[in-house]
Amino acid sequence: MKTSRLNLQEEKSVLDPEKIRKDFPILNRKIRGKPLVYLDNAATTQKPLAVIEAIHHYYSSENSNIHRGVHYLSEQATLAYEGAREKIRDFIGAKETSEIIFVRGATEGINLIAQTYGRKFIGSGDEIVISTLEHHSNIVPWQILCEQVGAKLRVIPIDDKGELLIEDLKKIINAKTKLIGITHVSNALGTIVPLKEIIKIAHEQNIPVVVDGAQAIPHLKVNVQELDADFYLFSGHKVYGPTGIGVVYGKKNFLEIMPPYQGGGDMISSVTFEKTEYNILPFKFEAGTPHIAGAIGLGVALDYLKSLDLEKVALYENELVSYALEKSSEMPDLQIIGQPLDRAGVISFNLAQLHAHDVGTVLDRHGVAIRAGHHCAMPLMKRLGLEATCRASFAVYNTKEDVDSLFKALQKTLEVLG
Amino acid sequence: MEELHDLYQELVLDHSKNPRNFKKILNCNHSAEGFNPLCGDQITVYLKLEKDLIQDISFLGSGCAISKASASLMTTALKNKTTKDAFSFFNKFVQMVRGENNQGTNLESLGKLQVFKGVKEFPVRVKCASLPWHTLLAAIEKKNGKISTE
Repeated sequence: MKTSRLNLQEEKSVLDPEKIRKDFPILNRKIRGKPLVYLDNAATTQKPLAVIEAIHHYYSSENSNIHRGVHYLSEQATLAYEGAREKIRDFIGAKETSEIIFVRGATEGINLIAQTYGRKFIGSGDEIVISTLEHHSNIVPWQILCEQVGAKLRVIPIDDKGELLIEDLKKIINAKTKLIGITHVSNALGTIVPLKEIIKIAHEQNIPVVVDGAQAIPHLKVNVQELDADFYLFSGHKVYGPTGIGVVYGKKNFLEIMPPYQGGGDMISSVTFEKTEYNILPFKFEAGTPHIAGAIGLGVALDYLKSLDLEKVALYENELVSYALEKSSEMPDLQIIGQPLDRAGVISFNLAQLHAHDVGTVLDRHGVAIRAGHHCAMPLMKRLGLEATCRASFAVYNTKEDVDSLFKALQKTLEVLG
Repeated sequence: MEELHDLYQELVLDHSKNPRNFKKILNCNHSAEGFNPLCGDQITVYLKLEKDLIQDISFLGSGCAISKASASLMTTALKNKTTKDAFSFFNKFVQMVRGENNQGTNLESLGKLQVFKGVKEFPVRVKCASLPWHTLLAAIEKKNGKISTE
């Protein structure tokens, strides 16, 4: 008893999950008569009341179109939208707000870079390097680009633990390598990729690096300048913000030489039928009315996360993951997929010989929400020799009790399907 | 939790763990491949058709317990039946798993296949149960083909 009490005190000194849980209204609801145990955070996170209220406030008292309005509300909406851009700049440690582009999400971010930077600077016979860990969203946009320009996709392999083989990267890159697209954290296994090392290797050959930070931003303190990433992108909804909003960070010198992504209003400075002058950064990449409420909501979500202290958040989530791994070692029928040394927010597993979808269905009936399937990483599943895995992914509002509920429900699953 | 036991009845678990007719018929003259991109379920149905008679039927593939058991029970139900029987089974089966059987269609004729009645309580799993049957239809109609639930 003494030890568990000590653990409890230690935990409290890190973060107070009970207090945090009160900030998330959805956690009060019951699922099929059971308290919600939400462990599908790598798919999307729940939203704190502050974010929900910010969106409500925007639509109920500030709603207007931004940038060219001469009236009061437009001025207010513009201030709120551009204020959110500044919050994001600060959160990821970018140099200037002009380097922050709002998009719909990480997927659109990668497509934007592929279709602007890629179309202009990557040509026939050139090579683009990605890794086995990638989500489909960091594979398919590059495949489409390769088809368009006649370039070739190369892939950094992984070992059985789910770690990148960096030595192989050194062999893969050559004079034809024009870009590296790499995830910061694997959505399927939780592997934290040694980004600094990869970027250093790439920059020695003058190769720009595009980082998919969708799974990293919610769990790690990210500073794009320290990383020296050329592009870094993420989704708002995976970091307690709304869906439909995401961010592309790009170094100014790259963004300046890139052609626009979409044409339309707001991305121009003057239009005649003969010639159009494009707007300055970042507006050159933001055609049409953006998701203003989404940007504001994301800004508030990042404020919220910052108020919890990112280092404490990372520490607390690590504790949850370690606790889950510890519990899994007591369950002989459970096989953890991937044993990366550095891991963030995710455990992937299979139970006995059961298919992940059957496990997911039984867990759901116990109020436990996990993800089952290939996690939009089919090439990774193929490399691991699997069809699917179960994935439990954690957020700052999860508790050790949630982990206990997961393992109790897994035990029940064995009883039902065993 | 009762609906869980209705879904994963012993017969379903047995057929998912020990699927019957789980092989390729060497002299098959019809086959089709079916995918459920959502789950990654994949199945190939092999048929030996003599005019309208299903002389032999088998399957291979991978997927969840529901899709595997559904395929296995389908093959046991259809051996030596006509394609007309197969279409009739298909309609009743799909109605049953979708929970569209309000008109009181007689499900008795489905025999053991009635074990999948519980699927209607799990809307996201309906495709798992019906994938083998859609693949069967494709196999009957074409000498070989590919289908997808999406």
